[in-house]
Amino acid sequence: MSIQEFFHMGGYAFYVWSSYGLCAVVMILNVLQSVSRQKKTLNTLIKRQRRTLGQ
Amino acid sequence: MFTRFNQFASPKHFYDLSARLTPWFTWASILLLLAGLYGGLVLAPADYQQGDSFRIIYIHVPSAWMSLFVYVVMAMAGGIGLIWHVKIADIIARSSASLGASFTFLALATGSLWGKPMWGTWWVWDARLTSELILLFLYLGYIALQSAFDDRRVAARAGAVLALVGLVNIPIIHYSVEWWSTLHQGPTITKFDAPSIHMSMLIPLLLMALAFKSYFISVLLIRARSEILEYECNSTWVEELISNRSF
Amino acid sequence: MYAYWKAFVVIVSRDAMLAFRRQAELVNPLIFFIMVVTLFPFAFGSDSELLQRITAGMIWITALLASTLSLDSIFRSDFDDGSIEQIVLSRYSLILLVAAKITAHWLLTGLPLIMVAMLIGFILSLPGQTMQALLATLLLGTPVLSLIGAIAVALTVGLRSGGMLLSLLILPLYMPVLIFSMLAVENAMSELPITAELYFLAGILVLSATLAPVATASSLRIRLS
Repeated sequence: MSIQEFFHMGGYAFYVWSSYGLCAVVMILNVLQSVSRQKKTLNTLIKRQRRTLGQ
Repeated sequence: MFTRFNQFASPKHFYDLSARLTPWFTWASILLLLAGLYGGLVLAPADYQQGDSFRIIYIHVPSAWMSLFVYVVMAMAGGIGLIWHVKIADIIARSSASLGASFTFLALATGSLWGKPMWGTWWVWDARLTSELILLFLYLGYIALQSAFDDRRVAARAGAVLALVGLVNIPIIHYSVEWWSTLHQGPTITKFDAPSIHMSMLIPLLLMALAFKSYFISVLLIRARSEILEYECNSTWVEELISNRSF
Repeated sequence: MYAYWKAFVVIVSRDAMLAFRRQAELVNPLIFFIMVVTLFPFAFGSDSELLQRITAGMIWITALLASTLSLDSIFRSDFDDGSIEQIVLSRYSLILLVAAKITAHWLLTGLPLIMVAMLIGFILSLPGQTMQALLATLLLGTPVLSLIGAIAVALTVGLRSGGMLLSLLILPLYMPVLIFSMLAVENAMSELPITAELYFLAGILVLSATLAPVATASSLRIRLS
């Protein structure tokens, strides 16, 4: 099977690849959102502690 | 036994444990995903009826399985938190909701993208798509209820009651929608239930299902960690953790 | 045993008395119901054949919306004036008292709704068999709406965005009731037996009558803790 055939998906390229693309986007967004939220939470807690220690 | 469970369920222990477990599940999901994609997109032969469009099954069906699985996890965890006041259970329930909703959304969207070439329209009132849509409504209701409360404890318990009510309702919704659609359309959609699926098509499907499951666990653990930090932000162990981090 | 029954009756008659003093709350859902039914011909045209086919369905959907709008009144006034705390702290089981409140709500809103629905069906000259099926499904279905709705009301009463949230929570849970009622009505229209659907509706009613008061009571406890 050639690369072109693979991407062509027997004529169903649009449906197959947009499903897979959508799935990838949603999954990656979930990961990014969770990781950035963890970082943000840590940062706010660190800042809060510095503020209380500074006083 | 119970003290060990309590130790496991203590937020600090769970926070450390999840930090150690997350990379394992992440790598497992990446490897399983690669294997499943290779098997599903390259190795598996095209379906004799649906051609290559059937390859959507490798994300549609795992998402649909996960959408139900996550709801059950969410309701069970909520129930455990409601009855035994286990904080971790509340946190797990809360963190799974949006993941479950995204799996449900994926199942719906890929189902629609699969339906277009098969049925000729983006949407038909097929039993499975319809009950998946109602499941999405249940998730959205849960998320809306959670965000309506300022107090996390109240939010967790109220959400747990709603999730349990939904859990009782899911089979009823499923059968009623099934009954309704068979009466309205007749069994025209048997195309979807292939009588027996060939091994070379089945193995990638199972791999993808496992990949989705470990993806869910690893993202759940990450989310649970930030929930724990917010929940416990005034406890001594979080203060210690933060001071170790900042110096 | 007698004391429990008495407590039940006291709550029901108290709610009834309160409702009769504020008649607007009793009448408004019915007016809403009639108004929405009037909207349908504007949307679908006054072609009587088409309307005949959708009348039962439109009555059901409108009844669903009207009961959703009136649900809030189960606990709203008790929540506002604080008497809900007395009810929760009472020495009688909260489940029993909640069941009484739900019963009162159904008697005060569900039953009048059914009567108005029958009147509308009669005026729009639904055939007798369809009317029977509609009556049976409404009798079995509207209590379920009150029972499931009570859980969601207990969860959302007094919240800022309570009303909208309430409909988001309950409409998906109402779908099985609507599905089976409409299947029964459709069967009746084509003169088929409707016992299977009615049994299923009765099953849902029994299930929700056993579980919903428990869930409502625990949601109230959560909200007041």
